[in-house]
Amino acid sequence: MSNLKPYERAEFINESTPWHQLTDGLQIYEPATSRQFHTGEWRTNTPVWNTEKCKQCLLCVPYCPDSSIPVVDEKRQDFDLDHCKGCGICAKACPFSAITMKEGK
Amino acid sequence: MSGNEAVAHAIKQINPDVMPAFPITPSTEIPQFVAGMIANGEIDTEFIPVESEHSSMSAAIGSSAAGARTLTATSSCGLAFMWEVLYVAASNRLPIAMAVVNRGLTGPLNINAEHSDSMGARDSGWLQIYAENNQEVYDNFLQAYRIAEHPDVKLPIMICQDGFITSHAVENITLWDDATMKKFVGEYEPDHYLLNADEPMAVGPYAASNYCMEAKKAQTEAMKRAKKVILDVAKEFEELTGQSYGFFEGYRLDDAEYAVVAIGSVCGTAKDAVDQMRARGLRAGLLKIRVFRPFPAEEIAAALKDCRAVAIMDRSEGYNAVGGPLGAEVTAALYRAKSHAEVINIMYGLSGRDVRVEDIEQLFDNLVKLGDGEQVYDETCPYLGLRE
Amino acid sequence: MEQKAFHYKEIQGRQERLAPGHRMCAGCGGTIAVRNVLKALHPGDKAVIGNATGCLEVSSYMYPYTAYEDSYIHNAFENAGATLSGVETAYHALKKRGKIKEDYKFITFGGDGGTYDIGLQSLSGAMERGHDLVYVCYDNGAYMNTGIQRSSATPRYADTTTTPSGTHSDGKPQGRKDLAAIIAAHNIPYVAQTTFIGNMKDLYTKSEKAIYTPGAAFLNIMAPCPRGWKYDAPDIIEICKLGVETCYWPLFEVVDGKWILNYEPKKKLPLEDFLRKQGRFKHLFKAGNEHLIEAFQAETDRRWEELLTRCNA
Repeated sequence: MSNLKPYERAEFINESTPWHQLTDGLQIYEPATSRQFHTGEWRTNTPVWNTEKCKQCLLCVPYCPDSSIPVVDEKRQDFDLDHCKGCGICAKACPFSAITMKEGK
Repeated sequence: MSGNEAVAHAIKQINPDVMPAFPITPSTEIPQFVAGMIANGEIDTEFIPVESEHSSMSAAIGSSAAGARTLTATSSCGLAFMWEVLYVAASNRLPIAMAVVNRGLTGPLNINAEHSDSMGARDSGWLQIYAENNQEVYDNFLQAYRIAEHPDVKLPIMICQDGFITSHAVENITLWDDATMKKFVGEYEPDHYLLNADEPMAVGPYAASNYCMEAKKAQTEAMKRAKKVILDVAKEFEELTGQSYGFFEGYRLDDAEYAVVAIGSVCGTAKDAVDQMRARGLRAGLLKIRVFRPFPAEEIAAALKDCRAVAIMDRSEGYNAVGGPLGAEVTAALYRAKSHAEVINIMYGLSGRDVRVEDIEQLFDNLVKLGDGEQVYDETCPYLGLRE
Repeated sequence: MEQKAFHYKEIQGRQERLAPGHRMCAGCGGTIAVRNVLKALHPGDKAVIGNATGCLEVSSYMYPYTAYEDSYIHNAFENAGATLSGVETAYHALKKRGKIKEDYKFITFGGDGGTYDIGLQSLSGAMERGHDLVYVCYDNGAYMNTGIQRSSATPRYADTTTTPSGTHSDGKPQGRKDLAAIIAAHNIPYVAQTTFIGNMKDLYTKSEKAIYTPGAAFLNIMAPCPRGWKYDAPDIIEICKLGVETCYWPLFEVVDGKWILNYEPKKKLPLEDFLRKQGRFKHLFKAGNEHLIEAFQAETDRRWEELLTRCNA
């Protein structure tokens, strides 16, 4: 990856990029560049994590369509609000009512 | 050996990584020869007996993107069936080689030589190189990967020959030394490939309109750069074999006043006709196109600049009520070069219809009249050899 | 293949091979399927992901954003099976010739559109040739990407834009095609049907088996679509559960040709419990349409009995 020219990196590719600086065949040579796109801006409802009720059962984790409940050392962290779209599935998945949805971002 | 055997021999010398293929007359022998060579341990190419031509090109795209040197072979409706993914192969800049044994597209079903299959794919972004005879298709196939895989190009390439006329007819050809050819063709070493453990790669995006024009511009520039690469590779091939290739072959064209422009096996017949006309004192010549994509417009126009009349022979109907694809492109090239030649497009050889030396001699006689300002034809693209 | 113990928390802690930032709808079942299948890849194992055109593809690789940590290839709508066959064969060729050293797994995803219908030929070819790859169908029961048109995976009487309910129509006249059975008839080592239940153990273990069993494998995952099925996104968990408890979507495996039922509900719920939660079946609850629900129930019962027979044979 270190052999990539700067303009071959997704972070520098946008609507202003001239044709000769687009990657050949519109390929991408880095993993998971989608992280740079913040789908969290779509949200109209936001999950709220109650750490006292949370038993760290991690049952919410696999149900998130947007991989927005990070897990570190087998413990869930707070929501990745850069990417969470506010679908509310995690709140339903939690058996301990440790997640509630509030209106707004 | 036959043209199909010649291609198979080239494949043997290249020993590519992967070949997905599906049978269709008259290209079927090529995958058969390859399967036989694998079965006898002569090559160790991985052969995928796919369930359709759409899948053979799809698998070829997967394989080439993964980093493997890949090829397939087809004809006619097989090529038509893969039409959708031909564009994907080119836009993904994958150097896949394909042996196309030209046969007419169905309607009616026919298995004989016609160029409507590869001509139908002329906008897909593939390089297209045609052969007059078995020697040429063998030599072209050996050069194919050197052109397609070149970093300035990275485009897929069709190596075409006329169905049955060259694919099945046996000619004596010269085969080049295995080691020399292996060294000439070299190894496929892509910068980026799916199976690169150090760098993942994503291929085949959805792109919103704000990227597409730029992507297509980049692709068309690669096609333009292919012109120089084709000549460079041909030069290197000539140094090894003595066979000389370019965008086209001018046969007695240098001082010709009347020329026929054509692609493929008919050129053998045309050369005889040229010789006959020359013997009668006419300055006749032939421009045999080898490289159709990229289209060497300027070079063709320059070669024809002193001609009084030119007949462009098409072996494929364009159904545009004017003529065929070669006629359209050569005429446009002549127009851009401000040529004053009289031009006629001739439709010939559809579905393998035979063309005789006398037919082309007659054509030259008509060119003389055309050049003198006579109204010889009442259509822009008359049919040669039609029963009326 | 010997089943490893299911270390749930360790699995959830694995690297996300489907990264956030993709453009799927909020609450999309398809992405839940993909995330959990990819979690079954053992940490550090390399993979190439294939994808047919559809919701997943246009949303997860929109230039210049790829949501995948691994190499990924999209080709066209109907050729996910053929494309990955090519990649897998290239892997064998290059490995054989010493050009690559690492081990790779091959997983391709297609929606029911690109799998049951237009992609059936290339899927069948890939399975029949026995390539060492997994084809995962995220079955949301219609061509969702183009706006909810019927596919052969759409259930009976579902309202779609090409089988709308109306004064002269009850929705889709045909029942859904049993693709898992069709693929099982290809005599491949592993076929399984699953969805999102509980802690995802069913989906995980089947994905792991599919990936790590040598040869061709096929997974059919019911992946509800909040837009096409017309329900509130958070209801997905209950809908999947009802799909299983009503025996609309049985959980089974076919291992080397042997049919194995993974779950038999103690109390088989009436199909209408599953139908009632989805707006696409709303018309079935109008007065006078009881016979439609009865017919759908009868079909479900018949297919369930057939499955029981197969599994007990």
